[in-house]
Amino acid sequence: MQLDEIKIGGLGASRRRVEDNRFIRGKGNYVDDIVLPGMLHMEILRSPLAHARIKSIDTTKAWAIPGVRLVMTGETMASRNLAWMPTLSYDTQAVLATDKVRFQGQEVACVIADDPYIAKDACEAIVVEYEPLPVIVNPQQALAPGAPLIRDDKENQLDNVVFDWAVGDKDGTDRAFAAADVVSKLELHYPRSHPSPLESCGSIADFDRATSKLTVYMTTQAPHIIRAAVALVAELPEHMIRIISPDLGGGFGNKVPVYPGYVASILASILLERPVKWIEDKTGNLISTGFARDIYLHGEMALRKDGKILGVRMHTDSDHGAFFSDAQPSKFKIGLMHSTFACYDIPAAHLTARGVYTNKAPGGVAYRCSFRVTEAMFFQERMVQAAADDLGIDQAEFRRINFVRDDDFPHRTAFGFLTDSGQYGKCLDVGLEAIGYQDFLRQKAEAAKQGRLLGIGISTMTEPLGAGNSREYDILGIKMFDSAELRVHMTGKAILRTGAKSQGQGHETTWAQIVAHELGIPADDVTVEEGDTDTAPFGMGTYASRSTPVAGAAVAMVSRKIRAKARKLAAHLLEVSEEDIEWELGRFYVRSSPDRGVTIQECAMAAYSNVPDGLEPGLENNAYYDPPNLTWPFACYIATVEVDPGTGVWDVLNMVAVDDCGVRINPMIVEGQIMGGLTEAYAMASMQFITFDAEGNCVGSNFMDYLLPTAWETPGFELHEVVTPCPHHPIGAKGIGECATVGGPAAFVNAVMDAIKGIGVRNIDMPLLPDRVYEALTERHDVSGAPPVKMDDR
Amino acid sequence: MSSLFAEVPPEPASDVPVRRVTINVNGEARTAVIEPRLLLAHLLRQGFGLTGTHTGCDTTNCGVCTVLFDGTPIKSCTMLAVQADGHNILTVEGLAGASELHPVQEAFKDEHGLQCGFCTPGMMLTAKAFLETNPDPTEDEVRWALSGNLCRCTGYQNIVKSVLAAAEKLRGQAGN
Ligand code: FES
Ligand code: FES
Repeated sequence: MQLDEIKIGGLGASRRRVEDNRFIRGKGNYVDDIVLPGMLHMEILRSPLAHARIKSIDTTKAWAIPGVRLVMTGETMASRNLAWMPTLSYDTQAVLATDKVRFQGQEVACVIADDPYIAKDACEAIVVEYEPLPVIVNPQQALAPGAPLIRDDKENQLDNVVFDWAVGDKDGTDRAFAAADVVSKLELHYPRSHPSPLESCGSIADFDRATSKLTVYMTTQAPHIIRAAVALVAELPEHMIRIISPDLGGGFGNKVPVYPGYVASILASILLERPVKWIEDKTGNLISTGFARDIYLHGEMALRKDGKILGVRMHTDSDHGAFFSDAQPSKFKIGLMHSTFACYDIPAAHLTARGVYTNKAPGGVAYRCSFRVTEAMFFQERMVQAAADDLGIDQAEFRRINFVRDDDFPHRTAFGFLTDSGQYGKCLDVGLEAIGYQDFLRQKAEAAKQGRLLGIGISTMTEPLGAGNSREYDILGIKMFDSAELRVHMTGKAILRTGAKSQGQGHETTWAQIVAHELGIPADDVTVEEGDTDTAPFGMGTYASRSTPVAGAAVAMVSRKIRAKARKLAAHLLEVSEEDIEWELGRFYVRSSPDRGVTIQECAMAAYSNVPDGLEPGLENNAYYDPPNLTWPFACYIATVEVDPGTGVWDVLNMVAVDDCGVRINPMIVEGQIMGGLTEAYAMASMQFITFDAEGNCVGSNFMDYLLPTAWETPGFELHEVVTPCPHHPIGAKGIGECATVGGPAAFVNAVMDAIKGIGVRNIDMPLLPDRVYEALTERHDVSGAPPVKMDDR
Repeated sequence: MSSLFAEVPPEPASDVPVRRVTINVNGEARTAVIEPRLLLAHLLRQGFGLTGTHTGCDTTNCGVCTVLFDGTPIKSCTMLAVQADGHNILTVEGLAGASELHPVQEAFKDEHGLQCGFCTPGMMLTAKAFLETNPDPTEDEVRWALSGNLCRCTGYQNIVKSVLAAAEKLRGQAGN
């Protein structure tokens, strides 16, 4: 009898999570939970100023405090050639400042002491004399003639430009605009935001002089990349470096870059020959680690009167802070921004992108997004709504006119991506039906008569997830494949290791489900391990929704290799030739007499006890998976809101999400990812942003000023699904972890804009704080979140 | 605790005042000699090795450090350990019985009320105390009760479901 795949926890089972068993008992193992014998504690002294020359650092008083073991400054680092480190984007970043500080919160000195309280006391006893320099807090200032040079440390860097980049067909786009009936324009700022997982960053470096081995426990989403980086930065042999990423209290892109604290703790451990723990406080996390977004988007759309989009032109100015340290695929300077408009059939498009240095913490990390697609899709969906309004066409209808049709796949986008599957129209229909579109339009008209403002916002998008194929995608030259290693033990139980690293996504649960699907080994019989570079195969880590598309595919492929070997063992056990054998879930049988068969467990036993001549014993293998393409999930998010005209406060009435992420491995987990993402989308639309004053002080350096939604503010969500399997993924899955964060914000903003339509306001920048909405309503003009500040305004 | 072996720190800095406290943690009296400035969260984590209580902010906003203080949820990052002298503290490690999970723990697993797990101990303790005062809450009441605890992963919907499911289970138990 064929196994019931759901019962063994295979594909499609909403299997309860394995990792929860420890988390609900308080037995998780986060980096700060780890205690090593003889461990010391490190604290970082940060710059209070955003741009200043360091005149002197006096550490005498700090050294004098009992319990202080080491005080390090830029000089200490420089003596080991570690004052600067390479970033993941071919730039350099100061570990501890030597010449000047370039953002508020930059690392200036470290104290290592017997306990963290003493280390903090000693940090306060360090006296640093600064000479303040003019501060630059936005691209407009950075690009102004005569602007002070932030990166004077770099030879040949004569201005504050990080990159100037272009993609697409300029001439074709010009022609499209020449032929347009209507040109729609939109300018907006996607505000700076911080991923802020509740667990901050931290590390424990443990250098063992006797073996020369360096072990580092670290909050990292990409342990193997870190190992490579440490090998290069600290000039240690790679096999003598072991990076262990234990349980992570969330990541969301914040734990991809290499941070100075990690490097400093490593040097401290080498110098002191004792384990050194560094745990960042929340302010340190919010003011110094990878920010996201902070990008100015300008665009225009060439339109035909009947609603057809003829072309799109876009320009971006992105603020990268003082160091270009976000990880982008090296070919694409502004990430996958050019995936914008991928779900629409647009003949021509052109994008120019400029990145600049400012006196802010390094930014531009992909916060729960696949390399800038959040900004790309937000702009896309805001532009689409503006264009529909300009043409006077219903916003749903306008999308339908321009969607790539189901039978047009594979489809080459105007920027050159190849989308391969989707049912865009169907997803939209499911969403409209669920929200009750026509009904709501009637309610809205009715409400308007009483002066009430109701609005509906749609956001539809496909996004490129799962970077990526090695022709196009690498970080620092390392191709973005991923890997899995599977060992099946004698009794048919197994251990699986991958190069990915879960931060809450539930890999321990879902990877075992893929093995169950491929081999019929119950998921409960499969242990999953990740995050230890000494045991896990090389992988690029977990971010950009790449785990299921890449590592998940590797899990399927390695399982298939195991199955191929098990088939040989089965042939031997059944005394027939391999060709005469059939596979059903968990069992091989003889084609001509299906009753004669052996289970996968029996094959496993044979691999160690009854191996035919000429066959290698054992049942284990690994697979490196280089995906042929990205995966392209599709989503339709629709929000309805009511805006209070007296206060500008808006409430979400309903939020419907239709996600097509292909085959769902564990529907419960998929839905959890979507709800988490929608909440972050709501957060960005409504409250979550970080600003800086003209002196470069970070406003939003703690959770009192940087607002994250609680259970009280967060609306409820209604989820729906459409399934279009990915044609090239071994089990038809697509990425999902970030779709809602990427596509969600525009639904909320479009809904508010729809509610106040007709008063001549084209845009309010996120977050749509009540005072901004009120200003738009009463003064009837656009409200920008970050007005350009002229140099002489300061 | 065994007294077979105890390392004495080399030279205690004489000008640092210390105090001796005894706190009942998860039903067991624990005694420690501490600096008065030590936060309760740090005593629980580093002193007593109960690392299920987390710390996630510097401003009493996130709630991942929540423990029950004589049955009431408090943020242990904002209480000095000396203030807990003579009181009862319940941490996540004390939530389950010897062989059984607490219904709140079961519900969080069943309803997928956690992802990274960092907020979970605090959420569960807040929920436990809340359900003792309000055994049959509405969804809105649950949301309000949890509004001192942040979660970055789940979007709260499944946490709310978990708490409602736990409430039902607890009511069932009380009815028996
Ligand atoms: S650690 Fe955030 S409230 Fe206690
Ligand atoms: S589960 Fe990650 S913060 Fe709540």
